[in-house]
Amino acid sequence: MVELPLANILTYLLLGARWTLLLAAVAFAGGGIGALLLLLLRYGRPKSGGRFLHLYVELFQGTPLLLQLFLVFFGLPLLGIDVSPLLAAGVALTLYASAFLAEIWRGCVDAIPKGQWDASGALGLNFFNQMRDVILPQALRIAVAPTVGFLTQLLKATALASIVGFEELTKAGQIVSNATFQPMLVYGIVALIYFALCYPLTFCARLLERKLSQSR
Amino acid sequence: MGYQLDFGALAGYFGLFLEGLVVTLGLTAISASLGVALSIGGAAAARWGRRWARTAVLSYVELIRNTPFIVQMFFIFFGLPSLGLKLSALEAAVLAMTINLTAYTIEILRAGIEAVAKGQHEAGAALGIRPSSVFIWIVLPQALANVYPALVSQIIITMLESAVVSQIAVTDLTHVADLIQSRTYRAFETYFVITVVYLVLAVTLRRLLAWAGRRLYAGR
Repeated sequence: MVELPLANILTYLLLGARWTLLLAAVAFAGGGIGALLLLLLRYGRPKSGGRFLHLYVELFQGTPLLLQLFLVFFGLPLLGIDVSPLLAAGVALTLYASAFLAEIWRGCVDAIPKGQWDASGALGLNFFNQMRDVILPQALRIAVAPTVGFLTQLLKATALASIVGFEELTKAGQIVSNATFQPMLVYGIVALIYFALCYPLTFCARLLERKLSQSR
Repeated sequence: MGYQLDFGALAGYFGLFLEGLVVTLGLTAISASLGVALSIGGAAAARWGRRWARTAVLSYVELIRNTPFIVQMFFIFFGLPSLGLKLSALEAAVLAMTINLTAYTIEILRAGIEAVAKGQHEAGAALGIRPSSVFIWIVLPQALANVYPALVSQIIITMLESAVVSQIAVTDLTHVADLIQSRTYRAFETYFVITVVYLVLAVTLRRLLAWAGRRLYAGR
């Protein structure tokens, strides 16, 4: 057992929280790109792309994130790729975020009236220009609130990376708790740090949602 | 490629696997029943309770919804004993899952209650029915019907998230997978099979509950 002053515990946990933020940022950026590709596939090739998106979403929303993480962590080495905990967690969370973001954004694109597709098609725009100049800018407006809401979910999801040994906030909490024998205090602080990161996002998402529903 | 996938090594662990399946399904069933029951009280308190009760329920909901499940579980399993409340891993898992699910279902039910037409309350009151009876017999059934699909999704999310309880050595499906892979050294194969099992469970459970919902709310 180690006696640690509260300030030291706090510092150590906050240092861990940096990695939580980094991992969430990586997964969000990767997931955004993945979701965009899935959407282009979905609307560019409505039949096969639609089926693929459906299958992909079903697969990642129908299985535990923990097991997705394990499959990446133990699966990539079989392909001859050397995985660090950061890489495994980054890849798994990117795949996970792609599924959720694609599903959210698909709903937003579907909410755009069909006339917008028809009109832009009639003007002779090809698929990419339709998407880039007409559909996505409009979909973006309604997508902001649920996307910010999903960020909360993603931040919380990064906690599972601790299980494959990535030293983010939860793992830092485990280490400090094991050293000080003060689990109540340590996990309490860990929870509060997560709350401090997530609550502003939740709050923003709610505000944006209200603003949008008023502007209609 | 030097690695050959080998699923045959898992064949001898069928009994163990069944035990894990029972634990996962049992945990889900218990926390789902407790969670939905508790959230009825919570949602009612948030809507009609005194101010302190409203604040308490809403703070609880925000606190749980903005922190990860695994941290809540560690707090309960490792933290509560220092208050003299010693829980077995299984009890801690049930408690953590119930506390987590309840926060989400309160939020869902609140929306369901809001969506019940105001005239229903007024008509009930005009007939001289006590407010508590109006809630239980008139508003609540309609609110539950409104949000039934959302409740089902939340229960399935809880089932999938329960994989995390393996981390405090509850012998659920994922823990069984941990055991099997440590004995066979076939980590990828083991986790692959267990992932497929979760997928089948999720799809089956959703179909089953959707079917039950159609029977329960036939004619709506």
